[in-house]
Amino acid sequence: MKNIKYLLMRRVTQTLILVLYFGANAYGWHMLEGTFGSSVLIGRIPLADPYTTLQVLSTGFVLGADVLLGALIVLFFYMIVGGRAFCSWVCPINMVTDLANWLRRKLDLDREEVNYRFIKRRARYWIMVLGLLVSVATGVAAFEIFSPITIMQRGIVFGFGAGGAVIVAIFLFDVFGVKNGWCGHLCPLGATYSLIGKASLIRVDHDHEACTNCMKCKIVCPENQVLHMINKESIMVTDGECTNCGRCIDVCDDDALGFNIRNFANSGKK
Amino acid sequence: MANSNNNRRKFMATTLQSVGLTALGGLLWSGYSDEVKASPLVLRPPGALAEEDFLKACVKCGLCAEACVNRDSNKKKDGTKRDGTLKMAKGGDHRLIGTPFFIPTEIPCYMCEDIPCVPVCPSGALDMPSLLDEKQELDINKARMGLAVVHKESCIAYWGIQCDACYRACPIQGEAITIEHHKNERTGKHAFLLPIVHSDVCTGCGLCEKACVTEKPAIFVLPIDYSTGRAGDHYVKGWDKEDQKRVGKAKEIHTKNERSEKEAADYLNMEVEY
Repeated sequence: MKNIKYLLMRRVTQTLILVLYFGANAYGWHMLEGTFGSSVLIGRIPLADPYTTLQVLSTGFVLGADVLLGALIVLFFYMIVGGRAFCSWVCPINMVTDLANWLRRKLDLDREEVNYRFIKRRARYWIMVLGLLVSVATGVAAFEIFSPITIMQRGIVFGFGAGGAVIVAIFLFDVFGVKNGWCGHLCPLGATYSLIGKASLIRVDHDHEACTNCMKCKIVCPENQVLHMINKESIMVTDGECTNCGRCIDVCDDDALGFNIRNFANSGKK
Repeated sequence: MANSNNNRRKFMATTLQSVGLTALGGLLWSGYSDEVKASPLVLRPPGALAEEDFLKACVKCGLCAEACVNRDSNKKKDGTKRDGTLKMAKGGDHRLIGTPFFIPTEIPCYMCEDIPCVPVCPSGALDMPSLLDEKQELDINKARMGLAVVHKESCIAYWGIQCDACYRACPIQGEAITIEHHKNERTGKHAFLLPIVHSDVCTGCGLCEKACVTEKPAIFVLPIDYSTGRAGDHYVKGWDKEDQKRVGKAKEIHTKNERSEKEAADYLNMEVEY
């Protein structure tokens, strides 16, 4: 049980959120209505996706106050819990790409020779900016027209249609194309949340003294460049690209990793 | 020195590559984005902004569709509910993905008096003020989701067969669709009872289309842009003082080409050329 604690918690959270969204449409529940683009929590609190909001604003449309307020609420929430906590604790695509990752390991596709690394991890930031520019140019929220995240979520709430193909495509890309290809290289939403979470409060902490340098954490980490301190120094993972998924903590046999509250006074200075 | 030169060259090359690939991606993405916008024959929920603005504004959250399907009036006596009018466009629907729309022949808009789908819209894509009457109360009759059009040749009422299915189904009965009586010259003793749609009243709810008895409905709702023309300010009703004022807005147009040099009669008798 110990080594899947956070994994289980994440799956429960992700599923619960989807169930609530599903129930809003299917049974008229008022717990979590709408979709990620814009939602209503317990019938009154507005929530909105910051990147969607930026895209719509980029088209030149002056959005309603509910969306703006909702985006601010979401923004502050993820500034505390870690921007990309959205990616690993909420986003349904995470379940697809985690499955793809697991399959890669099982099929032994992770070896260098079958891992196409033709895309840089920073591509997502370019795509994020590009999405806004294309929104300006074409007058439509550009990422939302093919975002597998909302396609999957709407699929679960309203029915998939041919949109399921996008999810399959992401899966195939991640299994046979680039490792962590979608979430770790391309997704502009994840890029946005990386920026939002740059200074977040909750972070993974590394204890160099306890570490036996087994590297299990680096193998399982979807963004393993953020674990650069392993076997080097006892500092926190401060990189915004860390999704706070907790898999590294799960797989660590030495208690060398754990969630902690960020100490701004000392961070990055040790 | 050589090393720093190499580094600079590498930096320049990778920067150039990133910019180039971004430009490539931008072109493809813009092209795709522009294409998917073009699904003109789509009916939007009540109060929707003009299509161009609607596509900008909609955040694709689905709150309207959820309000539609879960409205009280949609519950059957046994507590179960029917499908909602509003669908969220998904892959294969050939409408901008994630945007709400409806298909009258499947489920028309029932024009709920409290219009549950509109106040829940957080973005302003469904414009509530456009549906408010003088008392600042919601009035579904102000909705203009589309405009019903009758295809005379397939409407059996125009054949002389008695049918007023659309007239009866219309929620603004006797106003949005009226029945005009004309003499049936073929029989000499019967009347045509012809449905006439009035565009100043019709909301485009599609109940007529749903009710139409012909195999493919002879009355159907089109988006207003596609079911209306526009006379422009060069044509005014000379007998209507108010309307006559519009001519003031008309801009002078001087067309100078081969046709315009001809006398009016010659011009009108010319073949239409391009």
